[in-house]
Parts: sequence; structure tokens; C-alpha cells
Amino acid sequence: MTIHVTEPSPSLPAPITSVGVVGWLRQNLFSSPLNTLFTLAGFYLLYSILPPAINWALFQADWVGTTREACTSDGACWVFVGVRLDQFLFGFYPPSEYWRVVTAFSLIGVLVAWLLIDRLPRKGLVGAFTIFCYPVIAYYLFYGGAFGLPLVETYKWGGLMLTLILATTGMFFSFPIGILLALGRRSSMPIAKSMSVVFIEFWRGVPLITVLFMSSVMLPMFIPEEMQIDKLLRAMIGIIFFQSAYMAEVVRGGLQAIPKGQLEAAEALGLSYWKSMFFIILPQALKLVIPGIVNTFIALFKDTTLVLIIGLFDLLAVVQSAFADPKWLGFSVEGYVFVASVYWVSCFSMSRYSQYLEKKLHRGHAR
Amino acid sequence: MSKTSQKQHWWNNAQYRSLFFQVVLVAMLAGFFWFIGTNTLANLDKRGISTGFGFLSLKAGFGILQSLVPYDESYTFGRTFLVGLLNTLLVSGLGIIFATIIGFTVGVARLSNNWLIAKLAGVYVEMFRNIPLLLQIFFWYFAVLRSLPSPRQSWTAGEIAFLNIRGMYLPQPLLGEGFSFVIWTFVLAVVATVFIRRWAKKRQDDTGQQFKMFRVAFALIVGLPLLVFFALGSPLTWDVPKLQGFNFIGGMTIIPELTALLVALSVYTATFIAEAVRSGILAVSNGQTEAASALGLHKSKVLKLVVIPQAMRVIIPQLTSQYLNLVKNSSLATAIGYPDLVAVFAGTTLNQTGQAIEIIAMTMSVYLFISLTISGFMNWYNKKIMLVER
Repeated sequence: MTIHVTEPSPSLPAPITSVGVVGWLRQNLFSSPLNTLFTLAGFYLLYSILPPAINWALFQADWVGTTREACTSDGACWVFVGVRLDQFLFGFYPPSEYWRVVTAFSLIGVLVAWLLIDRLPRKGLVGAFTIFCYPVIAYYLFYGGAFGLPLVETYKWGGLMLTLILATTGMFFSFPIGILLALGRRSSMPIAKSMSVVFIEFWRGVPLITVLFMSSVMLPMFIPEEMQIDKLLRAMIGIIFFQSAYMAEVVRGGLQAIPKGQLEAAEALGLSYWKSMFFIILPQALKLVIPGIVNTFIALFKDTTLVLIIGLFDLLAVVQSAFADPKWLGFSVEGYVFVASVYWVSCFSMSRYSQYLEKKLHRGHAR
Repeated sequence: MSKTSQKQHWWNNAQYRSLFFQVVLVAMLAGFFWFIGTNTLANLDKRGISTGFGFLSLKAGFGILQSLVPYDESYTFGRTFLVGLLNTLLVSGLGIIFATIIGFTVGVARLSNNWLIAKLAGVYVEMFRNIPLLLQIFFWYFAVLRSLPSPRQSWTAGEIAFLNIRGMYLPQPLLGEGFSFVIWTFVLAVVATVFIRRWAKKRQDDTGQQFKMFRVAFALIVGLPLLVFFALGSPLTWDVPKLQGFNFIGGMTIIPELTALLVALSVYTATFIAEAVRSGILAVSNGQTEAASALGLHKSKVLKLVVIPQAMRVIIPQLTSQYLNLVKNSSLATAIGYPDLVAVFAGTTLNQTGQAIEIIAMTMSVYLFISLTISGFMNWYNKKIMLVER
């Protein structure tokens, strides 16, 4: 008697065309004639843009020097940016006082980092300090005129420093106003509601430029002549109103997403309107719309460039005016690339952070 | 319960309290406007500025770079308003068209199964939406268009269109006698197509028979006007721009300011439209596509009848706000000197007349009107295509 032992034949490796590099290429780049065509066109595009751009910006660029004679090669002349870096960062702020600006920004950097990093304790205390004490400290550091700090008029402020000041004050003040407007829009009081709607729709319906024009041309007419408002402050007021309207709509979205039962439950506990709003509804609503808030902050950060039209010297305006220097004619591309990368890095990291937050906060909703 | 409500003080009654708050609110608002009003009148009086819209009929006395209607220094300030408004509408309209085309293309490309194309589209979106629009306008205007060659060394496409530092020169169509018939035929054909489409849809609903709509519409809208055009003996000539001396004459000129603004606006807004389109398509669950395929629909029909209509519901509201943003952002024109409403009216006209309040109010109302019109139209369209839940 013979026993037939049937050994299973060894499984063959998958065909070379469907695994590994070849398989990946076939599936993702050359799956059909049309896709092949697209891929080739894409590679051609990359080939015609990337090597020249990298060559210009890195390999053939000039980095060191103090005059334009240092720029001898064909590539970018970063000397231009390096020579004027102080001005790009601080505008016409007196160099001996730079430390004040650096201190103020380092302090807010530490505070914000403290609030954002999850592991650090005492969030409430640090948050209260940021909201109530920091603005006062920052005001005296930037403006001076007390505590032995020399006065620095606002027309000397400029560059990246001004951009950051405009963006953060815009954000700081528009946040509470926006929340009030959003609550007003959803309120059952007809007059409060219609006033909020009119305010929001008006400021959202007009371009920021006209708002800035209005604040620079019309605002002085609205107040008694003895009260002169600083040009920077006027622009800030315009930006805050404009931004509040957008913030209100973001917050309203969050409020709408909170089920009615939450408010009913709070009322059943005997909480007043403001208590139920502040302890029950708003924390949940704001948590939901953090990505939206970050988005409006990104939009505001980019929009601050418009103040150059009413004659304030933000980062873009300082760089733009540097092109007119007869000693440095013809370096506009380098200047624009520098400003664009500052904005790009800031906005991109903010949007990445908001995506991270979205993922982190979403976990609570998963069941 | 009734006992406690009797004990309640009147200021704890919700109704009275809301009334009280609102009265305070109205009083504050009235006080605020009274404060502004009296100050404004006093300030105007002190500076000797007259109020009212009389200035609109005064002679303007300044030139404008580009105008869609006849204009020169002898026209009034009212005319400058019109010129600026039309220029704003021109750049917004063209911008919306280009941004929509680029946006939809890139949005679909980001979802392509071609890895390289999807990545390239992603890089495009991430790159351009994180850079301020004003910077992009400056870049195209000062860095790119200013480095174009002089008119004598123009870049040219077949000696018909020319591109140089002064602008883009294109042949201008000159409408001959009888060309209006062609336009009327076209209009009639469009109207007829709408009616036939309605009839075809009704017939399909009633009987299930499909009508070859595309062929009929193509024949009507393209074929018929062409037929009339040739029957009339081609009443259309082109005015080709020619280099004379140092500049081109004839043809149509697109000034570099318009080009820079248009490129920047479309490229920037398209990134946001692309994201809207992507989210819209992703929002249509895969089961819908599978179900449609299971019914035996062809791939193109699945897209046209099942996926796109559902995606549009997500896309439309976001698209609306992007269109509004584009119109509002067109006011950045003033930074490079394209003569839009803000530059011509809130800029030059305001400087010449000093009528700040009237001019800013008029400018703002125009933008408010445009915003409300666009959102009104889009809301109507949105409602029309909205899911009817039973």
C-alpha cells in the first residue's frame, strides 16, 4: 500500500508587475494611457521649474556681503535681505530699544507655548495672566513713556513687528466681541438680534480696504477735534470690527451645533442665562470651532498686509519700499520671496496646528 | 409654582428683563449715533466741507487708465463712479470665471488616482493659499510683468497677439453690417434650447423616453448662428495690432495692471475653490457610486447623475463665499493702480472733492449690494438643488 502524500505546491511570489516599486509605479503613475500622459506632463513641469529655482535660490546665490557688489553670481542676492533684515523686522524702531520688542514677543511666545503644551500645569493662572496682565506689559514695552523707558511713537513701528502687533490685537479683541455678537444673533430679544445681524452683515459685506479707508478718513470726523486718535489705533479699530464680524459667524456655527438639550438641562439646574452660557454652552461650542477660529486668524494675519495702503509700514510695506533704494535696485524677487516665506511658514504651521487640534479634539466624539 | 412666581421680584422676570436690556441697548446706540452725528456736523462745519451729492455733477478733470465706457477729463465725478464700478465688475466677473475653472480642475486633480498629479495639485493649493493676496499681486505686477521686454522686443504668438511691458495686445473683432442678426439668432437658439430641454425632461418623466438633448442643443446654439453668419457673408473683420514707432496701435489692449490683478485673484481664489470641490466630492459616500454602478449606469453617467449633483450641495455654499471674497478682494487693485471703484472713486475722487462721507458710503453700499445680490442668487440656487427630505 502506498501512501500518497500530496504536498501543497509552494505559493508563487506575486508577479513583479503588481508589487514593489514596479507595482507601485504601475498602479499610481501609469495605470492607463491617459494617466501616463499626465505623469509625463507632470514630470516635465517639475523638471522645468525645480532645478532652475533651486539653483537660483541656493547653489548660485550670494549670501555674504554688505553691498550689491557682493552679488556676482547669476543667482539670488540674499545680501539684500541680510543688510536690511533689521528694518524688515523692526521698521524704524530705534535699534537701541530692540530688546523691548524682543522681550515682549519672547514673553508672549513662552505664555502661548505654556498654554498649548498639554503637560504643563497651572493653565488657568497662566491664561489669566496672558489675558489681563500681558497686554498692559506689552503696551508699555512697545510704546514706553513710563518706567524709564523712552517713548517710541507708533509711526516708527514697522516690519514684522507691526504685522504681529496688528494680528494679535485684532485677534485678542475680536474674540470677546465676536462671542457677544454671536450670542446676540441667536438671542430671542428682537432688537439685540437685529442689531447683531446688521452689524455682522455690514462688516462682512464690505472689503477690508474700504474699512481701512473709512477708519483713516472718516473716524477723525466722528470724534471731537481735540481728541486725536493715532493712525495705528484707527487701523486697529477698523481691523477689530471687521474681524469681530467674521469671528461671530464662526462662533455661531459652534453654538448651532450644541443640542438644545444642553441649554434645557442647564436651565433645569437653575443656572441663569449667562452662567449656562459660560459654563455649559460656550466651552463646548468653542471647542468645536477651534479650527474655524484658527482659520480666521490665518486670514487676519494675511490681511494685515493691506494696512500698507493707508500708509502703515508692515512687513510687506517695508520690503516694498526697500526696492526703491537706488543702491539696491532690481532685487524685488528676492524681497518678495523673503516675505512670502515668512508668511507661508507662519500660515502653514498654524493650519497644521489646527489640523492636529481637530484630530485631538475629535477623539472625544468617537464612541 | 405659583407661590414662587408671586414672590418673584419684577426684575427677575425674564420678560421685563429682556425689555430692560433692549431699552438700554437702544439708548446706547442712539447716544452713540448722536455723538457721531453732532461731532461730524461740527467738524464738517469747521473745515468748510459742504455735504450732499451735488459734487457728482462737477467736472472731474483727471484721466483714467482704462474705461469700458467713453471717458475723458471733461466728464463728471458721477461718470468716474460708473467707470470704476464697471472696471470692478469686469475684473470680478473674469476672476470668477478663471478661478472656477482652475479651482474645479485642481480640486478634481487632488483626488486623482495618479499619485504625481494629486501631489502637484496639493502643493499648488498649500503654496498659494498661505501667501497674502496683496503680496501675490505685487509679485505678478512688479516682479513678473515689469520684467517683460519693451514693445519692440515683444513676445508674440503668430504676429497676431503681442505681450510686452505695456500690456497684452490682442486683435479686436470689428462687427460688420448684419452681425447683430447672428447675435439675435444665438439668443433665440439659447431660449429655444431651454424650452426644448424642459419639454424633453417632461417627456422623459412621463414616458421614460430619452431625448438626444446634447446634439439638438449643439446644433441650435453653435450650428444655427454659424449658418446665419456665413449666409450673411461673414460680416466680421479683425483689427490686428501693429507696431508703429515705439508702441502698438489698433487691436485690444489688456493693461498689465488688469493682467496682474486677474492672475493673482484667480490663482489665489482657485486654491480655496479647489478645497471646496475636494470636500464636496469626498462628502459623497462611496456607496452611492457603488449603488449607481450596480444599477448598470455608465461611469460617466454615475458622475453626472449621482456624484456631482450631491457634491454640489456641499460645494455651493463654500463657492458662494469664495465668489464674495473675490469681489471684495478685487479692491486690492488700488495698490497697483488698476482703476477699480476703490482706486478711482474712494481714491482719486475723494482726494479731489474731500466728500469723504458720501464717497465712502457710496463705495461701501456698492460692495454691500454686490455681496447681497451674489449671496441672494446663490441661496436661491442652493435652495433649488437642496435635498428635499420627506
